[in-house]
Amino acid sequence: MMLYALVRSMPADYVSLSTSSSQKITEEMRDNLRKIYGLDKGIIEGYFDWLWSALHGDLGVSLTRNRPVAEVIAEYAPVTFTVALIALILELLIAIPLGIAAARRQYSKFDYAITAFVFIGISMPIFFLAALLKKCFGPYGFSLLPISGMLTARVNYPDGMTFAKLMDYAQHLVLPITCFVVTGVGGYLRYVRTNMLDALSADYVRTARAKGLPESTVVYRHAFRNTLIPIVTILGGSLPGLFSGAAVTEGIFALEGLGNIALKASYMADIPYLMGFNMFLVVLTVIGYLITDILYAVVDPRVRLG
Amino acid sequence: MISEKDRKEQLKAIKKENARRYREYNRNKNKKVAESTYLTEMKDDSNLLEIEDLHTCFYTDIGTVRAVDGVTFNIPKGKTVGVVGESGCGKSVTSLSVMRLLQEPQGQISFGSIRFNSKDGKPVDIAKASIKAMEKIRSREISMIFQEPMTTLNPVLTIGKQIDEVLELHTDLKKNERYQKVCDLISMVGISNADRIYKMYPHELSGGMRQRIVIAMSLACDPQLIIADEPTTALDVTIQAQILELMRDLKDKISASIMLITHDLGVVAEMADIVVVMYAGRIIELGTTRDIFKDPRHPYTIGLMKSRPNMIGEDEKLYSIPGNVPNPINLPNHCYFKNRCESCIGKCNNPYPGLVSISDTHKVACWRFIEEEAK
Repeated sequence: MMLYALVRSMPADYVSLSTSSSQKITEEMRDNLRKIYGLDKGIIEGYFDWLWSALHGDLGVSLTRNRPVAEVIAEYAPVTFTVALIALILELLIAIPLGIAAARRQYSKFDYAITAFVFIGISMPIFFLAALLKKCFGPYGFSLLPISGMLTARVNYPDGMTFAKLMDYAQHLVLPITCFVVTGVGGYLRYVRTNMLDALSADYVRTARAKGLPESTVVYRHAFRNTLIPIVTILGGSLPGLFSGAAVTEGIFALEGLGNIALKASYMADIPYLMGFNMFLVVLTVIGYLITDILYAVVDPRVRLG
Repeated sequence: MISEKDRKEQLKAIKKENARRYREYNRNKNKKVAESTYLTEMKDDSNLLEIEDLHTCFYTDIGTVRAVDGVTFNIPKGKTVGVVGESGCGKSVTSLSVMRLLQEPQGQISFGSIRFNSKDGKPVDIAKASIKAMEKIRSREISMIFQEPMTTLNPVLTIGKQIDEVLELHTDLKKNERYQKVCDLISMVGISNADRIYKMYPHELSGGMRQRIVIAMSLACDPQLIIADEPTTALDVTIQAQILELMRDLKDKISASIMLITHDLGVVAEMADIVVVMYAGRIIELGTTRDIFKDPRHPYTIGLMKSRPNMIGEDEKLYSIPGNVPNPINLPNHCYFKNRCESCIGKCNNPYPGLVSISDTHKVACWRFIEEEAK
């Protein structure tokens, strides 16, 4: 509702934005168009109209794409999701072992190095990093990797998925994913380290040591099992983030993903798409927390019901 | 008075020194220690454990805390030694030093030796042993019962698994034999329905049951020494009595020694053969239970005895020793108890007194008795 009001309160609407460049269109024609798009109604009335049809399963038609919103989301979600999922898996693969290692060697040089790296990652603005990566690996740097788009435009691939096509996709995704990982891994790493430190100083870890268990068993079987609980919590919360993607990153690398489209949609005041997209994220948030709760039962016996 | 600036400089120097110590610790941590460096000879073969001049320090940001400062005592085979003293006097740190379970690198054994008469006939100096060697001793020869049964068990593993782990590590039993042994252990500590308990998680048990599980765990490999660090503090009185009874029975069954750490004099009187009284990181009096309870010599011990609730004079207010324990970072160079002592003499301004023998079994660290001896 907030969002609807905000987009509607923009000084220009879709009609004026899309027609502003052509001289021939009169104010009358614009009003007509507004009527067709439902933009002539007031903010409150318009919102309830949208809500009513959304409740009936109709998210409306995207103004910029001229297709049903649900269809647009379904088409572009896989791209965003693939990129974000690969990035998330990489982040976890890096964050968990490094976090544990840093916690085990608290106050060592290794620990300080990790902390420094984390802070660089967290504080690095994503557009800056993206630009830097493009410069280094793109045509003006080492010329190693393509810097934008999903596929090499000059190559004609057959319709189906072939290995060469897949590799081309992969090459295009390297830089965006690196961007995600570098900026995202810090938070997880810090989180794993903190929770691991907590767990390592817990009484049951001392008990485990008193049993004479080797250090690796103590760390992985006793301490890490308990660290999983808070990790699961933040994982569930990150599910909507997987789809919303980083609008900025997708924009910079010209990936055809949901975030990029949302960015364009908000330039053009494409209300149905923005509303539909946000509904989608809301639903994902709820699903994310549901999954978290289910995973809790897996990792924490105290939550299981007798 | 030190100025603000000097104080800051001082803190900086401490931090730097600590950082150097941590680095050194981290460097040496994974070094292999040759067996010969930690093999020793027992002074007396009837002793299971000889602690000699043990110093354990904590390097904190505001200075070095000498938590254990030159402690020497022995634990004979098959006996129970009670270690008493108020909170923060170094009892627990002594026991953790014996297990080498200090929070390292902040806490380290800085000096002294802990000789342990190992099962396989080779006495080991625990203070110098490698972590690998310690892993073999822990639980198999020395096991520990911690004070907080609520937090000492891992919340995400089943009871059975947690006991089984010890057996898996230290014995060659097969899986089903171990299952049987775990169930036996659970019933040995007086819990029925062992099969069901095996699959339960710690949060499903009461505090008393958990403490029994911890005891069962510590007995799994028939250790020679059981360190019980305030095993009954977190439990209510009826359960306390049961747990103590249980420990005494089991100790006789496997003929182990117990190092019992507590601040409950009643528990000591009931359980211990030998009593060690600690104050601010040092031993101030040591003797058989009879010596300490019937004939306490050190003013602090006398104060402790006086501050027990008296069953006869019910309406009397409980006695308490006046004053506070001195700050452990800047300990004075005289008897630490001097400022609280009611029977201070001129000699008390001299440096910290050593232990003097009063009888064969009874020793005390107080200037008043050093004088007596000199006569």
